[in-house]
Amino acid sequence: MKKEISIFTTAGYPEIDSLNRQLDLLEEFEIDFCEVGIPFSDPMADGPTIQETSMKAISNGMNIDLLFKQLSERQSNTPIYLMGYLNPIEQYGIERFLKKCVDNQIIGLILPDVSIEIYERNYRRLFEEYGISLCFLVTPRTSDDRIKRAAELSKNGFLYLVSTNQITGGTSKSQNSLDDRYLEVKKLAGSTKVMIGFGIHDRKSFEQKTAHVDGGIIGSAFLRAVQNNETESFLRGITNKTEKISTLASS
Amino acid sequence: MKSLVETDELGFYGKFGGAYIPELLYPAVEELRKAYLKYKDDTSFEDEFKALLKDYVGRPTPLYYSEKLSEKYGGKIYLKREDLCHTGAHKINNTIGQILLAKRLNKTQIVAETGAGQHGVATATVCALLGMECIIYMGEKDMERQAPNVQRIKYLGAKVIPAVSGSKTLKDATNEAIRHWINNPDTFYLIGSVVGPHPYPSMVAYFQSVISEEIIRQLQEKEGVNHPDKVIACVGGGSNAAGAFYHFYDVPEVDLIAVEAGGLGVKSGKSAATAQLGKPGVIHGSYTLLMQDEFGQITEPHSISAGLDYPGIGPLHAETIHSGRVDCIAINDDKALDHASFLAKSEGIIPALESSHALAVLDHLKIKKDEIIVINLSGRGDKDMSTLTQNME
Repeated sequence: MKKEISIFTTAGYPEIDSLNRQLDLLEEFEIDFCEVGIPFSDPMADGPTIQETSMKAISNGMNIDLLFKQLSERQSNTPIYLMGYLNPIEQYGIERFLKKCVDNQIIGLILPDVSIEIYERNYRRLFEEYGISLCFLVTPRTSDDRIKRAAELSKNGFLYLVSTNQITGGTSKSQNSLDDRYLEVKKLAGSTKVMIGFGIHDRKSFEQKTAHVDGGIIGSAFLRAVQNNETESFLRGITNKTEKISTLASS
Repeated sequence: MKSLVETDELGFYGKFGGAYIPELLYPAVEELRKAYLKYKDDTSFEDEFKALLKDYVGRPTPLYYSEKLSEKYGGKIYLKREDLCHTGAHKINNTIGQILLAKRLNKTQIVAETGAGQHGVATATVCALLGMECIIYMGEKDMERQAPNVQRIKYLGAKVIPAVSGSKTLKDATNEAIRHWINNPDTFYLIGSVVGPHPYPSMVAYFQSVISEEIIRQLQEKEGVNHPDKVIACVGGGSNAAGAFYHFYDVPEVDLIAVEAGGLGVKSGKSAATAQLGKPGVIHGSYTLLMQDEFGQITEPHSISAGLDYPGIGPLHAETIHSGRVDCIAINDDKALDHASFLAKSEGIIPALESSHALAVLDHLKIKKDEIIVINLSGRGDKDMSTLTQNME
């Protein structure tokens, strides 16, 4: 079965208006979906690469209003999730934010600092009212019961499996010991799509990590390629495509 | 009625608190929550904790009647001498409690953040005592202004890692310590204040509550009363205030006054007066008052005192200040310096710059004759000598 590829990028990086050019490129490469990061001053679950891009994006002037404006002008048909920390969204207003997500055909959100418990108490009703999925993160150490619970809540989006228990941008540790657990997570998730993230940096690591799940998410490695002006060659490598696909030819 | 220091099952004190954490940290936080609940009321834990507080920390710390301050301001002004604790501040009360929990959880590596370095020193100290590996994150700016504490931490055998992101102060050191914890979930994160995800705020407040417990006993002996009229303490994250207020939260006759850092002035743009300048939001795992811009980005605070230079405040303080139970007053850098100098010259006590903010509130109070006031002198000023001497008139 073909594995889905998802790319994470930081809105407003490297230039304030880079996002739509990046989204066009992702569509050309037939990337299955994109996670657009909302920059935050204190991204406690992110490694140095994403921290750096967030700082740059904030100093470029990126904010939620501008992000939605850019998203409303996009030509790309690549499906989009938004990823960020709760505080900027709280200040924007949760309901106002969800409404804007609906207006801009956003499929779901990933908010690493919202726990299952906090979601169920404070946010679930509103998210369901607006039909926006919150996708939860789990790790190989997450208990079976919690994986089931997270998968059920994420069923209209995907379950984000953190490949090794570390923050974004690291290099992988021993792979074999984790493979069994990935397989179990996939079973526990039932019909919910499982995407694996953290530590994927090229086609080889993509294929290794996604062996037992539905696809993989590439974040830090993509942003490093953007930093080095190697975006296209990186996407060519990760998608295993020799040529850029013409947008006309895409399905 | 529920006590003000109690949270609901998700860790909320009313509106503020909770555990806003990535799933990666859930197992570690849950393990800690269960351990805290289990050992909090365990007699052997309690005995070990109390014994170390007595024989190692040097508790009870004196409740010292300050004749000079009482003469100058009226009333009966007492100083709770947390500056006389081993390592020079109240911080060690909490590190003893947490390290005993870490030991029971069979942890071998401890990570902590520090602002003024007092918590870093206290953590490095208890790690040396119990033979644990210790990693301290400290903002690069704080490493400069609190250099003696950096040396102490290193001499005690701990590793100091500079936090070089953002404002290079306590907030950034906390981000780095949390990242380390996410990467190394078997490490024990020893938070130094009443901040962070539940159960940290409750747990740290509980370990510091020995301060108000002693104040009650000491005032019964000295004044024959069960409680003071006012308790004053400085607030950065707010651990010394939580400890000094703890047993008085539910005693409405006691005025509780939290003192935050005004920096160059609350409206100057260079301030750390979180309760006045902050709006509700999420920082370091809890919903609390937080200094932030219109887009929800956390702003850089300023205070001359590294321990108060933090854009958030513990959720217990956010709740009790918000509800009006606790009054909050901001004191600027210059007033804190004046009061440090006054206490040094009048009483022969050099207070930490943090604690000097609490002393400076005396200028703002209408004090009745015979009113009993306790100021929590949370730490000593040795670490601040370079700032204090630079500002000598």
